Amino acid sequence: MFSEFFQFSFSGITLGAIYALVALGFTLIYNASHVINFAQGEFLMIGGMGTVVLMDAGAPIYLAIPGAIVMAGIAGVLLHKLAIAPAKNADVVTLIIITIGASIFLRGLAQIFWGKDYHVLPAFSDTESLSVGGAVLLTQSLWILGIAALLVTALGLFFTRTALGKALLATSMNKDAASLVGIKTGAILTLAFGIAALLGAVAGVIVAPITFTAYDIGIMLGLKGFIAAAIGGLGSSTGAILGGLLLGLAEAYTAGYISSDYKDAVPFVLILAILFFLPNGLLGSRAVERV
Amino acid sequence: MSTLLSVKNLSKEFGGVHAVEDLSFEVEKGRIHSIIGPNGAGKTTLFNLITGLYQPSAGSVHLNGRSLADHKPHELAPLGMCRTFQNLQICMNMNALENVMLGRHRHLGQGTLASLLKLPALRRADRDCRQQCAELMAFVGCGQYLNHHASAMPYGALKRLEIARALASEPDILLLDEPAAGLNRTETDALREVIRKIADKGITVVLVEHDMKLVMSISDQVLVLCYGRQLADGSPDQIRANPDVIDAYLGSRKPEEEATA
Amino acid sequence: MATVNARTFDTQSKAPGLIGLFVVLALAPLLAANAFHYDLMIKICLTAMVAVGLNLLVGYAGQVSLGHAAFYAGGAYASALLTQNYQLAPLPAMLLAAVGVGAMAWLVGRPILHLKGHYLSMATLGLGVIAAIVINNEDQITGGPDGLAVAPLSVFGHELSVFGSYEWFGVAITGTQLWYLIAAGGLFLAVWLALNLIDSPLGRALRALHGSEIAAQVAGVDTAKYKLRVFVISAVYASVAGSLYAHYSGFITPDAASFGHSIELITIVVLGGMASTYGVILGAAILMLIPQFLTGFQELEMVLFGAILMAVMIFMPRGLVPTIARRFQKEAA
Repeated sequence: MFSEFFQFSFSGITLGAIYALVALGFTLIYNASHVINFAQGEFLMIGGMGTVVLMDAGAPIYLAIPGAIVMAGIAGVLLHKLAIAPAKNADVVTLIIITIGASIFLRGLAQIFWGKDYHVLPAFSDTESLSVGGAVLLTQSLWILGIAALLVTALGLFFTRTALGKALLATSMNKDAASLVGIKTGAILTLAFGIAALLGAVAGVIVAPITFTAYDIGIMLGLKGFIAAAIGGLGSSTGAILGGLLLGLAEAYTAGYISSDYKDAVPFVLILAILFFLPNGLLGSRAVERV
Repeated sequence: MSTLLSVKNLSKEFGGVHAVEDLSFEVEKGRIHSIIGPNGAGKTTLFNLITGLYQPSAGSVHLNGRSLADHKPHELAPLGMCRTFQNLQICMNMNALENVMLGRHRHLGQGTLASLLKLPALRRADRDCRQQCAELMAFVGCGQYLNHHASAMPYGALKRLEIARALASEPDILLLDEPAAGLNRTETDALREVIRKIADKGITVVLVEHDMKLVMSISDQVLVLCYGRQLADGSPDQIRANPDVIDAYLGSRKPEEEATA
Repeated sequence: MATVNARTFDTQSKAPGLIGLFVVLALAPLLAANAFHYDLMIKICLTAMVAVGLNLLVGYAGQVSLGHAAFYAGGAYASALLTQNYQLAPLPAMLLAAVGVGAMAWLVGRPILHLKGHYLSMATLGLGVIAAIVINNEDQITGGPDGLAVAPLSVFGHELSVFGSYEWFGVAITGTQLWYLIAAGGLFLAVWLALNLIDSPLGRALRALHGSEIAAQVAGVDTAKYKLRVFVISAVYASVAGSLYAHYSGFITPDAASFGHSIELITIVVLGGMASTYGVILGAAILMLIPQFLTGFQELEMVLFGAILMAVMIFMPRGLVPTIARRFQKEAA
């Protein structure tokens, strides 16, 4: 019984790490520009599918992966420059529809150039699984957790130790003030989108060996990442990570102990439950309206 | 002379910062009562406490003898209290007249079915409402914007629109939060006339202001706040001569020469 | 000082728009060459009906709902089940369904409408998806992924089915054409009611929710209660449209409650123009017609659709109709 719990917990944390990365990407963009990026999931798709396509074209895996990640980064930059920046001060709902349009657009491109088939990436290690305490653990999970932890640390260092990172934080706190002290907020926003895309792409690559990858995997993953970010409190990076892990575990336990039919309902039940008690998410800040 | 609004030992704390501390004063019916004080003295916080937007940490507010504790902001209009805002709260998605008509909300029919079907009684009431509100707009001096959209109106006109909206509710007491902010001398003089006309109608006015000329020329009573505490409470002449007030706020110049903040 | 004309902004200003709508709806059949065209027009009318209600919530009152398809499906399934399992006549069933869906909206709306901004969208999204999943899984009641068959609409014993033949002022019309009359009539009624609502004290209070909640409160509006009210009203609109669709198509599947459908509805409202009742009708028409024009492009359909959506929202952020109207206003001035 304990081994069962251990198994579910492990797969839950693995899934949670992926959701956390997607949620981080969301939070990054939301913080910098107050845009809810419904195309976030597509960056995962580009990471996974891009790698597959490059490998099919003959590239070795250690070149295909960076190549795909760069592709996603470019997509993120273009998304900001061509779709978000021109919209300037549009309504929140309008911006949401723009990102929805972008996600449909990217999915359409993937469908045309990369096809509709499902693909599988090879796992990173040769040993596919280990037996620990009676539970079967995929070595890929260890890769996922390791890489995710690395990324989160790197991101943290970026924000606290580098001038560029601090500029990004400043822009997210007060765009006008930041530009008044000489920060090029337009470039910063583009950077935020780029980094969010890279995060998403890496997540897409490291999870591809476990799940399938196809042109439309972005929809559900993006949505769940958004929910994870909201659970943690939109705007809080720590919250995004917490939310992601919580979501992953909740899904794994539900699928394991309750019913796998309703597994897909878990994120939505969870967000409703959290919002009921904590209207601003776990770590979200309560904004006071000044009169 | 009866008390309309009574504030007793009112305090509000924001995590250690005492925005308002142990404030007590009374506003008499039919008078114009001004509240002055430097920026950060707690004037708008006081207004927000009185109008239910903030809950006090201690103390009480009574309107006509009835405690306003635990009253939600929307429950005060039916009790006869209305206010305007320092940073305008105008609905920019409606036209000028509709903004004023919003003020009359509690006097009009609000049933869902009646509204969907636009029953004749509702239609008639709305037509009368339009007439009344147009007259109010003229009363406060922005009648020329009758056919304008709120988003197309200048700042000064919007300030008056908000006063018209507050009057539309037929209040017993009107709280004006820095109505002269951003207005030039001419506009401020016109504002003084409007406030006088409002008081002449028997409506009690409580005014938060920085413009000393306006305050001193129109008030029956002046309350001076400093760092959330009461510094002085008396007639304009008394306040003018009060050495504490002069020290803390007015400086060495005479009040009439004080420019708008 | 301008003199007051009691007729300023009087309700008579609604007439031109309504007449225009009537003319468009009346003339549309001239463009229809076959049953497929009529089918498209019926679907546009019913979708527009939902959009008009959703617009009251999103465009006028400024509250976002990303789960509205759930109410549409609720009306559809309720009508289907009540007529099939309880032998209730379609019209009373539709009414009962609307009451039921309205009650559900009231129940779920109470806690979530206290949420602000994106959290509200999330909560509505969550509710919508949960509803879809439940409909999908509880196949004993709902027929699961395979859906349910629905009895045709019948009014006072007369069956109004797409397969029948009918007479309209002496002219012989098909069942599908009759259904167009029903759908168009329903849309017209829906618009008329909505316009009445917007121009009433209740409507002003709703618009104030979007403009300035604080101003509304100070005027005595219980903002929480009113948000709930408009939420319920928009849910009832969706329910009626859903019921009608169920009877029209004779079949209902869980797709009706899907997240994708909810997104479609929001897109229509934003595309056509928030706070523009006629705009959302145009939005519905465009959203349903674009795929028809793109079928020729096959693979490019998704790409083009996404590109068009982005382009329109970037260059006309207020939506099609308000932007065009503003352009005409500027030229006239």
